[in-house]
Amino acid sequence: MNEEDFDLIIEPTKGFKNYWRDLWRYRELFVFMAWRDILVRYKQTVLGLAWSVLRPVLILIVFTVLFGKLAKFPTEGNAPYPILVLAALLPWQLFANALSESSNSLITNANMISKIYFPRIIIPSSAVIVSCVDFLITLALMAGVMAWYQYLPDARILTLPIFVVLAILTALGGGFWMSALNVKYRDFRYIVPFMVQFGLYVSPVGFSSTVVPDSWRLLYSLNPMVGVIDGFRWALLGGDVDLYWPGFFLSVLIGLAFFCSGLVYFRREERSFADVI
Amino acid sequence: MSTVIKVENLSKRYYLSHQQKENFPTLRDAITRTASNLGRRLLHPLRASSGQPLEGLDSTEEFWALDDVSFEVKQGDRVGIIGRNGAGKSTLLKILSRITEPTKGRVSIKGRVASLLEVGTGFHPELTGRENIFLNGAILGMTRVEIKRKFDEIVDFAEIEKFLDTPVKRYSSGMYVRLAFAVAAHLEPEILIVDEVLAVGDAQFQKKCLGKMEEVGKEGRTVLFVSHNLSAVRRLCARSLWIDRGQVSFLGDTEKTIQSYLSSSIPMKEGIVKFKEQQDKPAYISSVELLDEGNNAQSSFLVNQLVKVKVTFVANRRFTLWRVYVDLKNPDGTIIFSTTTQDNRDVCPIERGIYSASLIIPSQLLLEGPYLLSVAFGEPPTKRHDYHENAIVLNLCGTSFVFDRKIGFLSFPFEWELEDELDDKERC
Ligand SMILES: Nc1ncnc2c1ncn2[C@@H]1O[C@H](COP(=O)(O)OP(=O)(O)O)[C@@H](O)[C@H]1O
Ligand SMILES: [Mg+2]
Repeated sequence: MNEEDFDLIIEPTKGFKNYWRDLWRYRELFVFMAWRDILVRYKQTVLGLAWSVLRPVLILIVFTVLFGKLAKFPTEGNAPYPILVLAALLPWQLFANALSESSNSLITNANMISKIYFPRIIIPSSAVIVSCVDFLITLALMAGVMAWYQYLPDARILTLPIFVVLAILTALGGGFWMSALNVKYRDFRYIVPFMVQFGLYVSPVGFSSTVVPDSWRLLYSLNPMVGVIDGFRWALLGGDVDLYWPGFFLSVLIGLAFFCSGLVYFRREERSFADVI
Repeated sequence: MSTVIKVENLSKRYYLSHQQKENFPTLRDAITRTASNLGRRLLHPLRASSGQPLEGLDSTEEFWALDDVSFEVKQGDRVGIIGRNGAGKSTLLKILSRITEPTKGRVSIKGRVASLLEVGTGFHPELTGRENIFLNGAILGMTRVEIKRKFDEIVDFAEIEKFLDTPVKRYSSGMYVRLAFAVAAHLEPEILIVDEVLAVGDAQFQKKCLGKMEEVGKEGRTVLFVSHNLSAVRRLCARSLWIDRGQVSFLGDTEKTIQSYLSSSIPMKEGIVKFKEQQDKPAYISSVELLDEGNNAQSSFLVNQLVKVKVTFVANRRFTLWRVYVDLKNPDGTIIFSTTTQDNRDVCPIERGIYSASLIIPSQLLLEGPYLLSVAFGEPPTKRHDYHENAIVLNLCGTSFVFDRKIGFLSFPFEWELEDELDDKERC
């Protein structure tokens, strides 16, 4: 009997040739995992939903008062300051939640990993979906605030999905890195919340990135979230807002590099997950 | 019949690490270790460059959980896999189901594999029975359409209709296991791989599960079945594989495999077995002794002597509920009886410490012959903290004349009433 008669050959470190085919075959698992996370999230606490609304509102108020009223930072175009902040809070929260969820996802699902085969990448990827639900809630909040200020976005809003995808890819890249490192070194768990906290202040969430001196703009754009946030503002605030294109493309490049390197690292480490988790 | 699983020279290496205080490596450790190695490398550049491992580089020990295992399984075969704890059975199944990679060797598989290494993997306590059926089905590789089609059957099998919309965290452990097994039992793979999942659940349900697995086998599917329950293996599998310390010790007809497994698993002659310390467990059994009335340890007794089975265990924390379990098997694996400390009294909570529980097997209960005793320490309802299968052998020697020899399992001195039916008064 020769090799061709078998469907599957298992050999050390060869990896599995049909990984991507398997990923397709397990697509329903992806959906079910995301569905489970969402169910659990909004079932466990009545507060679940309330919290998703309350958190951005609180940050919004604090930042508006702090940066808009006290520090008197300029807004972009003629957008009211709360709308400026909220336009940045949208992608930032999406990114921060997605990154945190997916970084912890392997550890929370350790049991599944040691007992069942499936392409492991499903776990950190599906963990991101819950954050998208929160994102939609914040988006509704944004609509409310815009209606209140009677501030209408223009046709650029149609490009918003591009920036959403960009935020998700960046978060996924970080999630791949962090979740795999988390399996290897358990103290990475403490690093992610810190990074997210820190990131909120160094990214242009409470202020416009135009306050950064021009000579520093490009350097500032090394933070991939700068590009995403600027993109969101460009798409949502409309007409008078300009995008600093060199910085934007640099951010996008860094974000994509994050995603690709994360994917490669994850695929490399994935093999030993079941043994060390 | 064609070969559907071909395993060639399969080996798997694990690293056991001794150094960490915690179970898991941390970045902090890695950094300090790298720094200290770097320092050492600078101090001893020659030693480092000669390619020898530096002391303390990592104090991990390598360990071969599987060592050059080869065998083949034909289509429609039902193969039992037996062996002591830690022999490498689960490791083999994990490689076959692609959960972990082999270190050496190769496996070729033909057909769709479903593996059941644990019941209820991925069950979420907050979700309802209905939701968990879908989730667990997807995890086991079923499509949504397939799950929908089998949904009623699964619910029927698990006998949980009334609780379908209750979160499974409110289920009793029995219901939980039934539901979990029911989902798995309705997989329709060409090759089914089952680890010791029948160790849980009540006897009646176990029987139902075995029946279901038999059915699966009759449909021409290939089954690999790991179990400690030798009579289940016997019932289900025509061929069996005995794995010992990571190697194939015997492969063949189930009867022969079980016989050679049992005859080799006779561990000692002294009447006492000591087990190694396991401080990381909440509790472990440290020794089992067979004592006579005067508390002397021995391994052979007369049928008309009583035997004390003294199980000494170490509790590393407080236990409110706890049990010591003992069961006694004859050499072909049939359980003659099983008993727990709960049988005739309620045990009181225990604090940290060392305790012993002695089971008294009355004289003249059992027939002569060798018996295997397995012991366990557990915390009801579901936790088994320590378990030693066939921990010790009890030899009972006969005293009766050859022509009085009894058959069966018991030598209990039953009461007889004798009457002379012609005379009114009793005789003798
Ligand atoms: N991930 C792991 N890392 C290190 N050692 C392991 C790992 N998994 C299993 N082992 C060791 O490999 C041996 C075989 O384990 P296993 O296959 O679970 O045995 P069995 O199922 O026959 O009881 C055991 O000694 C166990 O301690
Ligand atoms: Mg096992």
